[in-house]
Amino acid sequence: MRDVTGILIAGVGGQGIILAGKLAAQAAILGGMDVKTSEIHGMAQRGGSVVTHVRFGPKVFAPVIDSGGADFLLAFEKLEGLRNLKFLRPGGTVILNDQVIEPLPVLLGKATYPADVVEQIGARFPLLVINALAEAEGCGDTRTANVVLLGALAHRLPFPRSVWEEALRAVVPARFLELNRRAFARGFEIAASKQPRLRQK
Amino acid sequence: MKLLSGNEAIARGAWEAGVKVATAYPGTPSTEILENIARHYPEIYVEWAPNEKVALEVGIGASLGGARTLVVMKHVGVNVAADPLVTLAYTGVNAGLVLVSADDPGMHSSQNEQDNRFYARFAQIPLFEPADSREAKDFLRIAFEVSEAFDIPVMLRTSTRVAHSKSLVREEEPVTPLKRPYQKDFAKYVMVPANARNRHRALEDRREKLRALAEQTPVNRVDEGDRRVGIITSGISYCYVKEVFPWASVLKLGLSHPFPAGLVRTFAGRVENLFVVEELEPFLEEQVAAAGIAVRGKDLIPRTGELTPAVIARALQQDPSVAAVAREHGTAFPTEPEDQPLPLRPPVLCPGCPHRGLFYVLNKLKLNVMGDIGCYTLGGLPPLSAMDTCICMGAGVGMAHGMAKADPESAAKTVAVIGDSTFVHSGITGLIDIVYNRGVSTVIIADNRTTAMTGHQDHPGTGWTARREPTRALDFVKLARAIGVSRVSVVDPADLAATRRAISRALKAPAPAVVVASRPCVLLARPAPNPVPTDPGACKGCKLCLGLGCPALSLPDKRIEINPHLCVGCGLCTQVCRHGAIGKAGGSDA
Repeated sequence: MRDVTGILIAGVGGQGIILAGKLAAQAAILGGMDVKTSEIHGMAQRGGSVVTHVRFGPKVFAPVIDSGGADFLLAFEKLEGLRNLKFLRPGGTVILNDQVIEPLPVLLGKATYPADVVEQIGARFPLLVINALAEAEGCGDTRTANVVLLGALAHRLPFPRSVWEEALRAVVPARFLELNRRAFARGFEIAASKQPRLRQK
Repeated sequence: MKLLSGNEAIARGAWEAGVKVATAYPGTPSTEILENIARHYPEIYVEWAPNEKVALEVGIGASLGGARTLVVMKHVGVNVAADPLVTLAYTGVNAGLVLVSADDPGMHSSQNEQDNRFYARFAQIPLFEPADSREAKDFLRIAFEVSEAFDIPVMLRTSTRVAHSKSLVREEEPVTPLKRPYQKDFAKYVMVPANARNRHRALEDRREKLRALAEQTPVNRVDEGDRRVGIITSGISYCYVKEVFPWASVLKLGLSHPFPAGLVRTFAGRVENLFVVEELEPFLEEQVAAAGIAVRGKDLIPRTGELTPAVIARALQQDPSVAAVAREHGTAFPTEPEDQPLPLRPPVLCPGCPHRGLFYVLNKLKLNVMGDIGCYTLGGLPPLSAMDTCICMGAGVGMAHGMAKADPESAAKTVAVIGDSTFVHSGITGLIDIVYNRGVSTVIIADNRTTAMTGHQDHPGTGWTARREPTRALDFVKLARAIGVSRVSVVDPADLAATRRAISRALKAPAPAVVVASRPCVLLARPAPNPVPTDPGACKGCKLCLGLGCPALSLPDKRIEINPHLCVGCGLCTQVCRHGAIGKAGGSDA
């Protein structure tokens, strides 16, 4: 349904995707929306591709996003960004972490990592590329790269900053809150300074 | 309102329903139910049982003892628990007993995608199929009421997209169930043939009463819509149907067994074209058809894998009546874009994983490896490629024995590999069989001191309970000796030479042997990165180290490179390298 917003968060097991999904979902709840999310645990997590689906709107039925059903693709890793591009609707936005994690077939020399990920994505969708690891390091801890990326996504979503602030307080453990606030603010600021070239939803 | 996963909602629902005992064996996608109960609801006694059969038997005892009881397992776990389950339907319960079966359509983390709704029909017990977290919690409370009112165990069946999806749930106050002290009842609880015959008749009687309930319960309901298209559905499929055909008439079955034939007949009579949309097997469809009602379903909808809204849309679009009505309603039928050929990212053993050394040695020894279920099943993937089979929990032990009986000469080059938790689950009886029946097989217990695959649950070998109370740990060496295995050795799989020696020695002797390859899962300690030093100048680019399949190691430009963020300094590559290009990690005792 068109009044439902879909966010697909994709990356590699261990990158903090589940927390980013939680924060987006929490913000949507605080924004008064119905929300459903879906993720996969178990064998898929051991260094494999991981995706979290987040959908919000006045009423949400399916917890999963179909091909062509996502408004946003938040990609934590470049190859995973490319892999999940089919989930985006035409005109959907990609926020891409400029990070490469080579999968085992590439490490073994059995497959080649695509060389032109940014160009391939940028040719088809509005794209915002962020070096989230470096930005997170600047905020004090590389482990907040996920929240930097989420902050960038937040800039494109229809919720006020106060809602995100409350979502961070609700989801992030108190001792990491300040650090994550900084990371979030940094991501938000980057997105604000770089409007994608194509028209936004 | 709170955003909860299906599993979190079931844990909450158990507490609200006044559950006093919860038992389980971990298995994706069910595991977080017991974990959440253990974490949040101290009023409930929880335990990880050694396997699902024991979990259910403990549950039966608790029910007879007067406690509302939740028993949790993944779909294939119900195979293990089927023996007590089917007879429990005869005896019935005392306090309510609900069995959660978490199915895994699409096999995200399973060896098959069996449809456990058939178990409810097979055992003749009521079946609830929640579509989201709110229903998971609400249905659980109803399930306990039904269990007590109809004196029967109840199955609550979820699937991965219910268990691991989150939706909004209203938390409620817990109820206090009536006290139900244990009362001896020979005719009800002792299933000798004379009693069982009576109880089977009583079960038939209960099933018909439950069918009457299914006809009028509000959890089976109609969403009025365009009467030209009527869809019967249940579980997660309901959410997908509403997503693509919000205009259709829908009969949603929350209590889907016993089959409410009257309700279905009434619905069918009011719609022009009838469809059943369900994941996996035509469980409902065949019962609709058997009632003499014209229906379409699996001739359009895939019988394998998960459904999605788009899959359902494309499937039903093949029916001209749906296509025509859908066009009127402006329904879009997206085509599935083709996947771009990209490098796959299969799951891998973690850097520092203790299984890696073991499977590297098994690969080098070129053995037949009768495998089992756990993280170590990844040892079957290239480049380790050292697992020949994976059937079910515990299967490898019996299979190694069977292969040796078929071809005695193969015993010297065949081993069973089984994890510690899996060995306790159902490998012990297989080992007894080897000894009893004069077998000579070698069983390797890949002992990483936890149930790793499902997220590090304790088990009888760890010395800790589900709530981290210290307890007596099962000693694999003593157990194997007590069973009658005289050749038992313990080896550190991070020591490749010693592991190779231990396995070769075990295989050489024409007698049963157990090798415990023991080293804790690397994720238990979560060590900081501790990269091994390298000397790229000494590297000859021979790629021997790549045989380890370690994600921290690669040879860009044909020279060794260690990922400093991933390497924990386990030192396997140091042992494998013949050219001295990889040193030992500093400050590591690995």
